[in-house]
Amino acid sequence: MKKTPLYQDHVDLGAEMVDFAGWNMPIRYRGLVQEHEAVRNQAGLFDVSHMGEVRIKGPQATEYVQHVFTNDVAGLEDKQIVYGFLLNPEGGVIEDLLTFKVNDNEYFMVVNAANHDVDMEWLRSQVGDFDVEVIDQMDDYGVLALQGPKAQEVLQKLVEVDLDEIKLFRFNDDLTVAGVAAMVSRTGYTGEDGFEIFVKPEDTSKVWNEILRVGEGVVEPAGLGARDTLRFEAGLPLYGNELAADRTPIESGFGFFVSKDGDFIGSDVIKTERDNGSNRKIVALEVLDRGIARSGYPVYNLEGEEIGLITTGYKSPTVGKTIANALIQSEYAKLGDELLIGVRNKKLKAVQISKRFLAKK
Amino acid sequence: MAKVLFTNEHEYVQVKDGVAYVGISDYAQEQLGDIVYVELPEIDDEVTIGDPMGVVESVKSASDIFAPVSGTIVEVNEALEDQPELINEDAMENWIAAVQMSDESELDELMDEDEYKAFLESEA
Repeated sequence: MKKTPLYQDHVDLGAEMVDFAGWNMPIRYRGLVQEHEAVRNQAGLFDVSHMGEVRIKGPQATEYVQHVFTNDVAGLEDKQIVYGFLLNPEGGVIEDLLTFKVNDNEYFMVVNAANHDVDMEWLRSQVGDFDVEVIDQMDDYGVLALQGPKAQEVLQKLVEVDLDEIKLFRFNDDLTVAGVAAMVSRTGYTGEDGFEIFVKPEDTSKVWNEILRVGEGVVEPAGLGARDTLRFEAGLPLYGNELAADRTPIESGFGFFVSKDGDFIGSDVIKTERDNGSNRKIVALEVLDRGIARSGYPVYNLEGEEIGLITTGYKSPTVGKTIANALIQSEYAKLGDELLIGVRNKKLKAVQISKRFLAKK
Repeated sequence: MAKVLFTNEHEYVQVKDGVAYVGISDYAQEQLGDIVYVELPEIDDEVTIGDPMGVVESVKSASDIFAPVSGTIVEVNEALEDQPELINEDAMENWIAAVQMSDESELDELMDEDEYKAFLESEA
């Protein structure tokens, strides 16, 4: 199993370690709910060094990224970031990722650990006649995510620039954090304000420990368990749950991150689906009966016919209710309508609700 | 106090007058973390040793409770329906269901407290 530069720090903190996409990662430290609440109310610090990084460089970098990525990057300013997808020719999602625009000739992509190898192969296969280099930088960075309403207050103690200058979905790649060279973006995966901090692998432990030191009493180390409940409540998708290679972003409900007039791999399929509608759709559910709907459980209509499956489900720590996302046949998608979820030998009643789970807080 | 016995699936049994009060061990609750749901068996359910008789769910996952003995469910701890976190607070006090045993000799297969502690150490 691969280890991040923070492996020993996690062990020293008493983390429970698990295998995640081939990486030995902390799933929790003091407790999932405690970590979740710390991020919602104060701040949490995550090791996300398992994420992959890819740099695209060359005179035709913009043309190449426009060809492989679903969102428009030509219109971005330098140091701006945009979320989007890599699609296969059938419109299925190969990857969801953030693309950082350094300038017209250079982009930086942050990809999922689980998809890194597939992404690299795909991105290299699409270079063709484009005058670009696709550089795998997975081993060049340690990455921390400091998330929560107090994230800025804590991080400000370790940087000289005014963090107000880094707006949402922007980055600064020329600053220091705790005295070491870093790139800092105002991005995250929790639904809270926060930053992602990219440093050299050998500097990662120092920055991690400095953040915990200056944030003592405010910042809680947080594991992959809380990362998943936080992103789920915030309506953010997880590859392998909401997103998959045999599913378009329209079906998953993330068409907003697909450029309407761009010409990229898969764009023709997306255009057709936008015009004609998709056969399947992700809806949000609140479970009315006692029980928890989990990823992979079957979903039925009220007549008991199977019409889809749960993509993610939890007893939400913030909302206090059992909520879930389900991929179902589009004809059954209607706010307020009831469906059934197969949980072991029972069928639990659920109602379709707004996807804005946190607005119900 | 009644004698406490354990399974290698981390259930415990406290026997009082031929009835086995079944719960999950303190080690099990700690491993699960924050418990958010307990699926109780129903009174009069027949259970067979080793078969699932309920489910304990943490935020992250669902874990079966395997019947440590065979028999009939005669009581369930209904307080857990609304307060599943009681198991985190005191797993030994908050049993899940009571089984009227059909074969008390099944208890001979279970571990006593010292054997269970040794088992946990061997697992670690």
